[in-house]
Amino acid sequence: MRVPMTEYLLIDLDTERWICRVCAHDFGDARGNYKEGTLVYDRDPREIHPPVIDPEKYEFTFSPDPTFCRILEFYCPTCGTQIEAEYLPPGHPPTVDMLWDIDSLREKWEAHGGNPEEVVNYGPGENAETDLSARFDSVSAHSHSHSHADHTEGH
Amino acid sequence: MTLTTDEFVPTSGNDDDATQLLTDQEQQWVDKFMDETTLFLGPDPAIMRHHEIMPRTAYEEECIAQGIDPLEIDRIRKRLAGALDEAFEMCESMGAAPGAKWADLSCAVYTAEGDVTYLSNRGVIAFSAVLHHPIRYIMKNWKDEPTVGINEGDGFFHNDSRFGMVHNTDQSMLVPVIRGGIIIAWVGATIHEGENGACEPGGMPSGSETPFDDGLRASPIKIVERGHLRRDLLTFLQHSTRDPKLMLADIKVKMGAVKRIMDTVDRLIDEVGQETFVASLRVTVEDVETEVRRRIGELPDGTVTFNQFVDSTLKENILIKFACKITIKGERMIVDLTGTGPEILNRAINSPLASTKSFMAQAILSYWWPDLPRSTGALSPIEVITEEHSWADAGYDAPVGQSLQASFRGFSALQTAFAKMQFSSPQKYSNVVAPWFNQINDFLWGGTTQNGEQVGNLCADLNGMGGGAKAFRDGEDAVAPLFCAMADIGEQEVMEEEVPFLQLVSKRLVRDNQGFGKFRGGMGYEMIVASRGTPSWGFMTVTSGSKFSSVPGMFGGYGCPVYPLAMVKNVNIYDIIQKDPSQFNLSMERVMNEQPFEGGDYQSAHMGLQFDVAKEGELYMIAQGAGGGYGDVLERDPELVVTDLELDRISAHTASTMYGVVWEPGTYVVHEDQTVALRAQMRRDRISRGTPYKEFVKNFVKEEPPADLLYFGSWGQDDDENLIATHWGGLEPERVKGRLEDLPLIMVPDRRVLKISKLEARVRELEEKYGEVVEHKS
Repeated sequence: MRVPMTEYLLIDLDTERWICRVCAHDFGDARGNYKEGTLVYDRDPREIHPPVIDPEKYEFTFSPDPTFCRILEFYCPTCGTQIEAEYLPPGHPPTVDMLWDIDSLREKWEAHGGNPEEVVNYGPGENAETDLSARFDSVSAHSHSHSHADHTEGH
Repeated sequence: MTLTTDEFVPTSGNDDDATQLLTDQEQQWVDKFMDETTLFLGPDPAIMRHHEIMPRTAYEEECIAQGIDPLEIDRIRKRLAGALDEAFEMCESMGAAPGAKWADLSCAVYTAEGDVTYLSNRGVIAFSAVLHHPIRYIMKNWKDEPTVGINEGDGFFHNDSRFGMVHNTDQSMLVPVIRGGIIIAWVGATIHEGENGACEPGGMPSGSETPFDDGLRASPIKIVERGHLRRDLLTFLQHSTRDPKLMLADIKVKMGAVKRIMDTVDRLIDEVGQETFVASLRVTVEDVETEVRRRIGELPDGTVTFNQFVDSTLKENILIKFACKITIKGERMIVDLTGTGPEILNRAINSPLASTKSFMAQAILSYWWPDLPRSTGALSPIEVITEEHSWADAGYDAPVGQSLQASFRGFSALQTAFAKMQFSSPQKYSNVVAPWFNQINDFLWGGTTQNGEQVGNLCADLNGMGGGAKAFRDGEDAVAPLFCAMADIGEQEVMEEEVPFLQLVSKRLVRDNQGFGKFRGGMGYEMIVASRGTPSWGFMTVTSGSKFSSVPGMFGGYGCPVYPLAMVKNVNIYDIIQKDPSQFNLSMERVMNEQPFEGGDYQSAHMGLQFDVAKEGELYMIAQGAGGGYGDVLERDPELVVTDLELDRISAHTASTMYGVVWEPGTYVVHEDQTVALRAQMRRDRISRGTPYKEFVKNFVKEEPPADLLYFGSWGQDDDENLIATHWGGLEPERVKGRLEDLPLIMVPDRRVLKISKLEARVRELEEKYGEVVEHKS
C-alpha cells in the first residue's frame, strides 16, 4: 500500500520507504528524513527572483539578498523533479520538515480500508479531484523504454 | 460566576503550586488581602496565558441538564449568525474607520465567561481566539468592584493587546446580556480603527521603541453606563488620539451594531427561554472543540517543522527566526514555537502571546476547517508551547506597536505546515494550498487633510495580498488579506475625497512578482502615491521582507520575491505632468531605472519607513506581495506560461530559463517538441549540479550564522532551546548564545547614532591621513 504524502512523494507502507511518485526512486527509510535521499543545490536567490529595479543603482531591488537568503533546491536523483525548495539563511541546516509515525499511518489506512492512491485528493470541490497514484506505474505500462529524465510532461 | 485564579485550572503553562499549601481559610485571607491592596490590575497571566475554553459553570450545567434539542440549537445558531452578519454590515456601512469600510472588523456572541460562541461570517476570524481575555478580565475584576460593576446597558471598551486584542489598532465594545441579575452572555463588536495616538499616525507604528510609543493603552473600561456614553471617558479617548471624530463616530457605530445583536438575543430568549439560550451557546463552543479533536485525529501522526526568517526590525535589517514544530499524536496537537528569537525591547515587532495565538485560530478557521463555527473552541484543544520573552510571546515591557510582524508568522506557521499535515488525509475540509502572502505591503498615512481635519490611518491595499497557489490552479491575484477572506481593497476615488494624496499608479501588476511553480501564486500590484493640497502630510510603511522572501512555495514551488520601498524626493510630479503629460507613464521600474525627473533624489530602502514628511508631488512606490507557488516549475502547462508572458506577467527570461518553454515570438505559439527537449535537459542539469544530501550538508551547514548577520533564534532544529542573539553592549554588535532566560536584554542602538559614529571615525581617519589637526569637543 502506497500513501501519497506530498505532490511528489509516496510512502510505501509495505517496504517502509519514501518513494518518488514520478519515477519510483527510493529516497530512504520512511521513518526518517526523505531529504537524505535527494540531490541538493544551493541557489543564489537572485537567479530565481530577478531584480525589477537596477541592482547597479539600488540596494533593494525585488531580488533577495544572497547574504541573507539562499534557496535550497531538492531534486530527485533519478528524474530530476524538484520536490522541495527551501528558503534559508546561508549555512543554516536544512529543515527536517516531515517525520511520520509509520505504525500509526498503517493503522489508520487499514482502518480506512481504501486504497490511498485512489481516495486521496486535493480537498473539497470538483476541480480538486485528482489522480495521485504513482505516475511511474502508468509510464511503465505505456512505455517500458521511457527514460526517467525524459518524462517531463508527466501529467 | 466570577473567575478567580483558584477556579481556573489551566491544562498547560506555569502552574503556581504554592497556592496548594494553603488551607481554604488561609486562601480566603490571602485573596482578601490582595484584593484590598493590589496597586494595579494589569494584564493577568492567569487569564492572558490561556486560550482554552472555560469549564462549564454550574448555571450552564443546570441549563444543559434541562435537555438539548440539536435542531433547536441549530436554529438559534442560525438566528445569531443572521444578527451578527447584520451588525457586521452596519459597522461596514456606517463605520468611520477605513478598516471598517473594508471589513476589518468582527461581531460576536460570547458565553458568560467570554468564550466566543459565534462570530459574524465575514470579518476577521482572529478575534474568535482573543476577545475572551478582556471579558474574563472584566468578570474577574470589575463585576464585584463597587466603583465599576456590570449592569444592564453597560458597554466596555479596550484596545491594548496586552489585555487581549489582535493588535492595538482595534477597539472593542463588549456588552453583557443580563437576565434576573445574572450575566448569561456577552455580545460585542470590534473594529480596526487605525489611529490610536501612537508615536506615528495610523495605529501601527513601525517606529515604536517603548510600550508607551504604541499609543492608547486602554484596559477594559466602562465607556457606556446603563445605555449612556460617558462623555468624560470619551473626551479622554478623543484627546489621546489624532482623530477625535473617528473615536466618537465608531464608538456610536459599535453601540448601534451591538444593540441590533441584542435585539435578536432578546427575542430569542423570549422565544426559547433563557436556559435553552445559555445551553445553546455553551454546547456550540464545546461542539467545536470536540470536532477539532476529532479532525486532528484524522490527520497522520508525526511532526511537521516550518521555520520562518524575518529580515527587519522595521528600522534595520536583521534576521530573526520564528520556529514552529507541530506534532500530532492521536487527537492531540502540539504547536511548539521553541527556538523563536528573543523579544527586542526597543523595536515594534514583538507580539503578545494572545495576539500570536489569535492568528493561529485565523489559519485554523479560515484555511484548515472553514466550515466550523468561528468559536474559541477551535484553538482550545491545541496545545501551544512558547517561551515568554520571545518575540512571539512578548513580555509586558516590550513594544508591540507592529505586532503583526510576529503574529502573522503565527498564521503562516500553521497555514503553511497544514499542506503537509493534511496531504495524505482522505478527508479534507479545505484544499491543499501553498503559503498565502503574509506582509502588510501598504501605506500608512497621516497629517492634515484638504478638509482641514487631522487624520491618521492606512490604505485598503493591505487587503490585496496575493493568494497561495492551489494544488490544481494558480493563486488569485491581490485577492484577500490572510486575516479576512472577504475584504475589500476600497474605491480609490472615494478615498481621495477624504485624504490629500493620489494613487497615481494603482493596481498595476508587477512583472515577475510571482511565486513560480507548476501553479503560480497570485500576484501583487504596485502603487505609487504622492501628496497633494495639504499643509502637512506623511507616509510610512511597516513591512519586512526586503532581503529575505516572506513566504516560500510548496512542494518544489518557489516563494515570493522581496519588496523594496522606492522614493523620489525633491520632485513635484504634478508640476512635471502638467508641463509634459507624457511623463504620466509611471511605474516603479521606469521611474527608478530611467530616473527621468531632473533633480530628483532616487532612493530604495527596506519597507520599514518611519513617518516620512511627504512634500507635494514626491513619489512613494511599493508593490503588493505574491503568494507562494505550488509544485515543480517544469511541470507548468506551457500554455499557461505563454499566456502569462503575453500578458506581461512574466518576462521572457522567466519563461525560458525558469519554466523551460520554447515559443514563437510574436504569436506565442508553444514549440512543444523543443519545450519537451529543453525541460528534459533542465532536469538533467539539475541532476548534474545537485549534490548528494550528506555531502551537501557537510559543505553548506555552518556552526553558526555568518559573522556579520544580526541573527536571533535557534540555529537548526536539534537544539531549539539554545538561542543565538546579537547584543549591543556598546556600539559594536556581539554574538551571544544561551537559553532565552540567560540571554542579556536585547536592545538595538539607534541606527543614526551608529551611522554618525562610523562617519566620525572616517572623518578622523581622513584627518590623520592628510595631517589636518582639528580639535574635537564633545
